[in-house]
Amino acid sequence: MAQDRPGAAAARELLSASDVARTVARIAHQIIEKTAGTENVVLVGIPTRGAMLARRLGAAVAEFSGTPFPVGIVDPTLYRDDLRHHPARPLSSTDLPDGGLDDALVVLIDDVLMSGRTVRAALDALADHGRPRAVQLAVLVDRGHRELPIRADYVGKNVPTARDEQVKVLLEEIDGVDAVRLERA
Amino acid sequence: MRHLLSVTDLDAAAATALLDTADRLRQALLGREVRKLPTLRGRTVITMFYENSTRTRVSFEVAGKWMSADTVNVSASGSSVAKGESLRDTALTLSAMGADCVIVRHPASGAAHRLAAWVDKDRETTGTPTVIVNAGDGTHEHPTQALLDAATLRDRLGSIAGKRVGIVGDVLHSRVARSNVFLLATLGAEVVLVAPPTLLPVGVAQWPCRVSPELDAELPALDAVMMLRVQAERMHGAFFPSSREYAIGYGLSEDRAALLPEHAVVLHPGPMVRGMEIAPAVADAPNAAVLQQVRTGVHVRMAVLYHLLAGAPE
Repeated sequence: MAQDRPGAAAARELLSASDVARTVARIAHQIIEKTAGTENVVLVGIPTRGAMLARRLGAAVAEFSGTPFPVGIVDPTLYRDDLRHHPARPLSSTDLPDGGLDDALVVLIDDVLMSGRTVRAALDALADHGRPRAVQLAVLVDRGHRELPIRADYVGKNVPTARDEQVKVLLEEIDGVDAVRLERA
Repeated sequence: MRHLLSVTDLDAAAATALLDTADRLRQALLGREVRKLPTLRGRTVITMFYENSTRTRVSFEVAGKWMSADTVNVSASGSSVAKGESLRDTALTLSAMGADCVIVRHPASGAAHRLAAWVDKDRETTGTPTVIVNAGDGTHEHPTQALLDAATLRDRLGSIAGKRVGIVGDVLHSRVARSNVFLLATLGAEVVLVAPPTLLPVGVAQWPCRVSPELDAELPALDAVMMLRVQAERMHGAFFPSSREYAIGYGLSEDRAALLPEHAVVLHPGPMVRGMEIAPAVADAPNAAVLQQVRTGVHVRMAVLYHLLAGAPE
């Protein structure tokens, strides 16, 4: 999906590899600061790239603060409101820490925030797994065009975009390189 | 995939996708208080069973309910079928009521295919897409059983490709055996049928498997053995001299089970006739996966409903 075909579209680089690393580190610091004194913080990523960012943030938090937070994955696919508009989507894995989510402060993590519908689905999925004390949202890129009353608590970069543009987040784990690009369709 | 009628409609990629979805659904439901997903809210799933069944019907019903579909059961006794209504009329009536999916079990081989052809033709005029799932048609196929067996084997053995699976007993009357032979072969397993010659169907030579009359000779090299129920209700002739003689030749006794490699898995589609095709101690041993098959069955049927009903209609 995020495969970059040269010449297929005009691409503008929003974040370079070092920008991505710096941004992840900054969000990790913000999470540490904002959750200071709070026990039972769980980082939960939304597949595919949100889950990878959650792992990176988990590692960064452990490095900076010395206290590692448990990291989990929640797949919101089964809760989406647009399932009927596409052929059946393959599911991703769901894997939550053993302690569960009851009374935890959950930081939900995704790569791009746009309509907010994926986050809405993920919130519903979380609610079926337990009752978190609070849920916060961290995203690498907020590109606007919200369709639901949802906002992020931690934003790597705000990018004004047109609807027909595409924000592509590339992560080394699957794309071989860290970058964020803006592509015109 | 519009209907699920036969495992031969599935290639390795499609079958693996279904098994993966079943795995993910199991994960998604693991350790939850609310064992309910909203995915099929507003969909109506009707089970139409013309033969006795506990596990398959309940399994489909539970699968539908866990995904928030409305499930309705129709059985042949107590419905208009008892008044003489044909399969076609019953099915089109259910479709006209807005059934998104009809899950059918019928004693006639090919019943699900006929049904699918009728609802597809009906769809051209009414535009109501009803999906048909074959839950067992005569001695022909039982696709979801084969899928759940494959899912159980994959979980227990780590993979299916390259594994040797023995299917033992009444192959002639068994839709489970036929579906399993074709699905396991598609997924790259080596299948060995072990049965008395009177209980092998005509044409078995064309199946993608080997046939052996000697159970003891096969057991030491098997990764899994699937014991079939002797289907007394379908036997209208003398296929073997006595049940005792069958048990001696083809039953999985404790002594026989000891011939299996340590890692080998024992499967049975159920219902088991203990003492006939499988000894009680073997059925309850740790390498028997009978109850895991049942648990996996719900997840596999959820996966089938998800793939057929959750997306945009084809």
